[in-house]
This record gives sequence, C-alpha cells and structure tokens, in this order.
Amino acid sequence: MSQHAVRPTPASPTPPGGHLLEVRDLHIEFRTGEGVAKVINGVSYHLDPGETLAVLGESGSGKSVTAQAIMGILDTPPAHISSGQIRYQGRDLLGLSEEQRRQVRGKEIAMIFQDALSALNPVFPVGWQIGETLRQRLGMSRADARRRAVELMDLVQIPGAAKRLGDYPHQFSGGMRQRVMIAMALAMEPKVLIADEPTTALDVTVQAQIMDLLADLRRDLNMAMILITHDLGVVADVADRIAVMYAGRIVEHADVRSLYRAPAHPYTKGLLESIPRLDQRGGKLSTIRGLPPNLMRIPSGCPFHPRCPYAQQVCVDVVPHDLVLGDGRTSACHFAQEVRDDRAR
Amino acid sequence: MTAPASSTKVRGETILSVNHLVKHFPVTQGVLFKKHVGAVKAVDGVSFELRRGETLGIVGESGCGKSTLARLLMRLEKPTSGRATLGAQDLFAASGSQLRRIRRNMQMVMQDPYTSLNPRMTVGDIIGEPFEIHPEAAPKGSRQRRVQELLDVVGLNPEHINRYPHQFSGGQRQRIGIARALALRPEVIVCDEPVSALDVSIQAQVINLLEELQDEFGLSYIFIAHDLSVVRHISDRIAVMYLGRIVEIGTEDEIYERATHPYTQALLSAAPVPDPDAREHRTVIRLTGDVPSPADPPSGCHFRTRCWKAQDICATQDPQTVLRAADPHPSACHFAELRPGL
Repeated sequence: MSQHAVRPTPASPTPPGGHLLEVRDLHIEFRTGEGVAKVINGVSYHLDPGETLAVLGESGSGKSVTAQAIMGILDTPPAHISSGQIRYQGRDLLGLSEEQRRQVRGKEIAMIFQDALSALNPVFPVGWQIGETLRQRLGMSRADARRRAVELMDLVQIPGAAKRLGDYPHQFSGGMRQRVMIAMALAMEPKVLIADEPTTALDVTVQAQIMDLLADLRRDLNMAMILITHDLGVVADVADRIAVMYAGRIVEHADVRSLYRAPAHPYTKGLLESIPRLDQRGGKLSTIRGLPPNLMRIPSGCPFHPRCPYAQQVCVDVVPHDLVLGDGRTSACHFAQEVRDDRAR
Repeated sequence: MTAPASSTKVRGETILSVNHLVKHFPVTQGVLFKKHVGAVKAVDGVSFELRRGETLGIVGESGCGKSTLARLLMRLEKPTSGRATLGAQDLFAASGSQLRRIRRNMQMVMQDPYTSLNPRMTVGDIIGEPFEIHPEAAPKGSRQRRVQELLDVVGLNPEHINRYPHQFSGGQRQRIGIARALALRPEVIVCDEPVSALDVSIQAQVINLLEELQDEFGLSYIFIAHDLSVVRHISDRIAVMYLGRIVEIGTEDEIYERATHPYTQALLSAAPVPDPDAREHRTVIRLTGDVPSPADPPSGCHFRTRCWKAQDICATQDPQTVLRAADPHPSACHFAELRPGL
C-alpha cells in the first residue's frame, strides 16, 4: 500500500487562474422528521473551460443534489449545506447573497433537466418562455426577444423555428421539448451547462440526436459541461473525465478511457461488469450484491464495504481517503491499486 | 438447477401463436355525438410465435405498440382483429372458466414496482391473491406455505411475509411482482419493461433471477424492453417493432449481427456502448426527425419518412415481413441488405 494523500484536488493540476468551477469538500444533509440523512459527504470536483465532466451514480448517490447546490436551487430546508465551498471563477458562490447568486444563475451557469414537460410552463407558448429570460434579465424589447428566441430555436435545430414560436409545450415531441429547454438554457450564453439526465426520458434514436446536439453546442460555444447520468454508455460516448459517486462521495475520478479500461474502485468495476453489453451475448451477469445504503445509517469506514468483494477489516474501520494513482486518477479505496491491476473480466 | 447457456436451450414446440393481430383505438370528435374521425393504429398486423422455454424479446421506441401488444395478450384490451392461440385454446374467443384457465397459464410482470403493488396489502396477501381467484391452484391450508416458498424462490426472506411493499426497495418489489406472476405456475410470462425502473447494479440481479426461474420452471417469456443491451442478453429471438408493426424478427445473432432492416440498423448504431475506445470506430446512423404519429402513419412502409434508402416503391407498397435474400430471416424492407461494420 502506498501513502494516503491528504485531500488532493483530483485530476489535472490547477491552472494558474484557478479552475472555472470548483466544488470543495461539500457536505450537505437533509434534516427530516425521521432523522438526518447525510446526502453529500465531502464531494470535491472541478471543471475547466471547454471540457465535459460526467458525474455518474445511481439513485440516491447525490449526483443531482450537488448540481442543485451549484445552481443554488436546493430547497433549504430540508437541505442544509453544512460545510464546503463552491467556487466559480475564484468566488465562493455559497457566500453570495441571493441577489448576487441570481446574476450567476443562468448567465454564468445554466441547467437542463430530465423531464422537459414538467420543466416547461404548459400555459405559455415556447417562444414566450425562451424570450422571458431575455426580457427580464437583459431588458430586451418584446420584438428583440422574439427575434433572439427564433435564433436560439434555430441553434438547437428545431425545424421551422419561426412558425413554432407560438406553439405550446404539449405540441412538441419529447426530443423537441428537450431542445426547447436547451435553447432556454443557452439564452444567456452561459459558460457552464449542467445537464441532469438530459436524455433519460428519450428514445434511443432521439437520445443520440440530443447528445450530438449538446456535444456540438459545447464545442461551438466553448462551454464547459457537467453531465449527470446513470448511463455508462452515454458517458463513454461524450465525456472527457468522469466522477463516480456512491453514498454521497466521489469514489473514483479519472479520465474516461483509463476508467473504462481499468476501474480502480470496486464499485465502478462492479457497475461495468453488471451491465449487459450490446456487442456481446450474455451468460450470467455478474452483480453487485446487496443494496445501496440508507443515507441515515451509512456504514462505518468505507460506505461500500458491505457490498464489496475486496473488503477487509480495514474497510470497516477506516474511511478511505482519495488515493492518487498517477495520470490524475484518484480512487477512494484502500485497495485501489489491486483493483486497478486486477483486470480479470 | 444448473443453468445451460441460453444459446443451447432446447427449443420446444410452439406455445403461443399470434396471427395478424390488430388494435386500433378510435379517435373521436364532439362531446355528445361522438364522431369517429380516425384511429390510432397502435398494433397494426403483428404475427409471431413463441416456443416453449424460449424468450422472445420485443424492442421498439415509445409509441411502437409494444405495451399495447402485451395488454392484448393479457386480454386487458380487445383486439380489433386477429387471432392468438395459447396451446390449443383460442385466446380471444375464450370466456368464463376457459378464460380463467388461460389466465392461469399466462401471467404478467409490470414495469413499475411502485405502482403495481397495492400499498395497503401485505406481501403475503399480494402474492397469495391469485389463489383467491384460482382456489384450485392451492388448497386453503397450504397457501401460507406456498407464498413462503415463492418468496424463497425469488430470493426474498420468507419471514417477511407480513411486511408491506413500502418496506422493500425497488429491486425487491420487482421480485415480489415476479413471485406473484409465478404463483399459479404459468407457462408464459409477459414481462413489460421489468428492469427499466431499476438501478444498474440491481437490474443485473433481477435479470439473473428471471433467467434462473426460466431454467427451473421451463417458462417462456415475452420480454418487452427499450434497452437493446438488456434484450440481447436475455432473449433467444427478437422482434423489432416500429409504428405498430414488426419490421424484423430473428434469432439474437440474426438481429444483432446480421440485421437487414434499416430501422434495426439505426437503432443498434444509436445505442450508446460503454466503451470510450469504440467512439471513433463506430459508424453511427443518425436518424432525423421523430417517430410519426400512429394516428396518421406514412403510406406504404411506415419507416420511409426517416429512411435513407426510401424510393417511390416504399410509399406505394407495404413491405411484408418475409424472408429476404440478404439474410434468411424475416425483414420488412424492400431494400433489405446487410450493413458491414455495425
């Protein structure tokens, strides 16, 4: 075993001007009538201009809560940010007033959601909804906002944009609604786009269209993107780096290629082995035994130890720190190197 | 219970046979005098056979009619026309005690483990309910024991018989749904998106369970899903549906390695593969536009509006799902051909 690094900033070295967006040691809990759920337990990640970071995890892993904290749209209460920092261009967003945060939200960091139908207002035409931001925030006239809305709808490749300006959300298909939401997110030309499961509700062929569109926009507008997903296939298609979350922690952080070639955390390894593959026919699938933990009673030591085939006594007693593995990889596992080198699939 | 690999499964005789099944939902206008102005052609002439002990996967995007097909087979909807036989019995002509017998023989597992279980019933009552309707399946005194056996079979603790659904996780609830479907010892189980609502690590557990049960009880599955990888994993044969029709049907190899229908090819190429190294070598067919409305499907071939091969003949002539020269399995395309490098 090698030395434990003390809270390293994962992956690539800090550029001179600092990272574009950086989450540092974030802790969030939900205080409910039944007790305190520790939803985020020391999450750190960063984002540089023009790159795509995938945050991967299953339900309850905390991937969306982190994003909501960045956007400042977390319901508090029940949520409570107990400690940590969210730095955007060097400023800690958590220290800002609501008015100051509003200047960041949408203009600097924008977000799109999984369910476009419930994210859009059903009683206003989409053109009006896209233009609303422009009128409110930039003080554009109605005519200007309309013109810009058409441009934005063209940008996200909605056919016949000018004619569809007056249509309502229910008149669009699922894929087109997702495009409308992307157009709204792009209205203020943000530098960071957070996409929370943007294609989960869509069919395979439409999913491919939307992921292509996001990749093109990210490149053309030089945005940075945080892609939140549970789909290992989507991540492999578009992301540069990946952070895998489990029980409110980042358990592994690596560039996409190294992670898929040789996962260094037993949870990542288990996930990769348990998905059926399109290009392989099946025998028995290997599984991760047991269930994800209840966040009100997170297991001692490493939260994954009850499900882990590598678990030893040390895993029950000691919380593993991020182990730096070279090439900017980290893994929060006492046996990270063994796991990485153990490639028997 | 040593599981033979799915490829070596013995193919039995035909157990379920479906012929030209059609379901049109009327579209009406007006409040008092409802006028028929059209029909949503949810299922538009579907034929297939299911053999004993095999899994037939049905894939397609939303609106292709795969769930309506499941509901028709379970007799939850009346077909507009068409025939289906289970064993020797006519599925749609049966009524009364005959229908009850058919229903005993064919059960369903639903997609959503949260809404498909009654929250006010204990697990024991949920799994034992089929015995209320079919008392001959288990004498009253033996029911509790049968339910506990079933819990054990699907990998749940038999002592949890008095718990309520909310005390179980999503994956465990799906096991309860499976136990309920198994209660009457059916021969055919229709699974409508049984793992779509589950997390990846739980999904594998449920898929393995379904495969074990199939080997143990000789079950035949109709496995409906939109996830192509899951379908490939579990199915022996696969039918691809588009706008109410089966556009291609064949063995797992024929569909995934030698697809000849352009829609199947596009579907396969668009599915994300969890391998970043494949990013560059993959030729991805990008379909434009959305699936047309099933209330007003295109003339001729339903897929022609999104197809890169479409010619005049595609608009005028319905391609039949028949054997094509390109590869000997049924494909509904005038220009069926293999596509290398998929």
